[in-house]
Amino acid sequence: MTFDTLPAAAGVGYKPKHFNDILENPAPVGWLEIHAENYMGDGGRPLAQLRALAERFPISVHGVGLSIGGEGRLDPEHLARLRHLLRWLNPASFSEHLAWSTHDSAFLNDLLPLPYTDATLARVCDHIDEVQETLGRRMLLENPSSYLAFADSTWSEPDFLREIARRTGCGLLLDVNNVFVSATNLDFTPQGYIDAFALEEVGEIHIGGHDEDEGDHGHPLLIDSHGREAADPVWDLLDHTLAGSGPRPVLVEWDTDVPDWPVLAAEARRASDALLQPRAAA
Amino acid sequence: MISQSAFRHALTDAGQPVPETLVDGAGRPAGRRFSVYRNNVAVSLSEALETGFPAVAALLGAANFARVAARFLRQHPPGSPLLMTWGGQFPAFLEGLDELDTMPWLPDVARSDLAMRRAYHAADAAPIEPAELLALDEEALERARVTLAPAVQLIASRWPLAEIRSYALGETPERPSSGAQDIVVTRPEFDPVVSALPERGHAFALALKAGMPLGAAVTQCGAGFDPAPTLALLLGQGAITGLIS
Repeated sequence: MTFDTLPAAAGVGYKPKHFNDILENPAPVGWLEIHAENYMGDGGRPLAQLRALAERFPISVHGVGLSIGGEGRLDPEHLARLRHLLRWLNPASFSEHLAWSTHDSAFLNDLLPLPYTDATLARVCDHIDEVQETLGRRMLLENPSSYLAFADSTWSEPDFLREIARRTGCGLLLDVNNVFVSATNLDFTPQGYIDAFALEEVGEIHIGGHDEDEGDHGHPLLIDSHGREAADPVWDLLDHTLAGSGPRPVLVEWDTDVPDWPVLAAEARRASDALLQPRAAA
Repeated sequence: MISQSAFRHALTDAGQPVPETLVDGAGRPAGRRFSVYRNNVAVSLSEALETGFPAVAALLGAANFARVAARFLRQHPPGSPLLMTWGGQFPAFLEGLDELDTMPWLPDVARSDLAMRRAYHAADAAPIEPAELLALDEEALERARVTLAPAVQLIASRWPLAEIRSYALGETPERPSSGAQDIVVTRPEFDPVVSALPERGHAFALALKAGMPLGAAVTQCGAGFDPAPTLALLLGQGAITGLIS
């Protein structure tokens, strides 16, 4: 049996080092997310592992290279590769980012920020229309983590995302760590952001760890590093979100300094527990 | 409004000022915050290159590799989000670096790293049973053509390439000999394997890969060439995936 959509359970970002652990002892993980670009080779271990995992788990395909916010046209070759992957895998979900990463065909390997203007809105919506049409499915769009803002933005980020969802029919992926990182870096309240967010459009939630740095003027600067456990205030934000959204698939992201399976499984357990009941106040 | 062209320019050249319309939460100039993006781009691409060229990185050392990588990615940024395909120009780029004149084998080491990566992601193909080939009589054998697995990569080198790799990656304490060594990369299951090719085996395997009949491939390798060791190597590694007899 394969699921058409992600279950409202805990998932983890799949790392090849956990392959055997996941097949032998997956609890409490109910689904897995992969980065699309890592599974676009012709064969070998990555595809063999993915085929094996897809027999057991609903899979979410998370793209990191489509550059949906790019000023230029979407890379037709990359879009074709995505379509190929989604066709044979038929995953439970596909998501990408509100960001850009390619310019003049040079790939910068980072999720770069966008000014929230009417012009950006029109461009992003055109690109999402093209993606959804080409892939023949609804996609989810993820909110970014921000280190700076654009003086010429005229939309708030939650309103901008809500309007994209309204115009294109896409769903949203709400990363609560990104919200916390951006809120700290740009001085807004993360709960206020969640309250303004189109929670009814949220098809998936991400949670992950960040690093703490310091910017100019002694201002804290949080870095979205995915290299440790999620911070307690981010778990609180997840509770706040789930109280408003109802049950949703919650993914634990851990991409750098990837720990052994028991550590990641414990983090997934925490996400799973959050779906059952709010944690007792610390 | 700042264009993505201008943003990218400032992003990849730390000597450029931070674009003026980028601000912090209070509307002040973004300052060091822009460096987070600069750092993400430079470090993530440098690390991707290091991951893709482990033997080169081992021979250069991490700090030197990072400096070489920084220059490479300015000249040859990835042309697609598929980082597994990035770095095809790296061997030729290394050849052009005067600073590396004392390590003339490094471009070939880079070619071998690239071959390992290509083999890792190559399409799957089931090997033939060696008995199928052995069952042919001499005449049929001469006329037969074989298909090599998509993972098979051949590199001719003036250097003891297989030994340099093993030594660089800490797989053996044996220091490399001084002879030339052609290599073949195969992928018996999922993990690519480097093997030194027998004498003239490179030309022979190239001819097979090009679809030449076995007899003609042997002949073009010159008088006295014995194909048996190369065939045994390819068969043993599951690198022959088709037989047209």
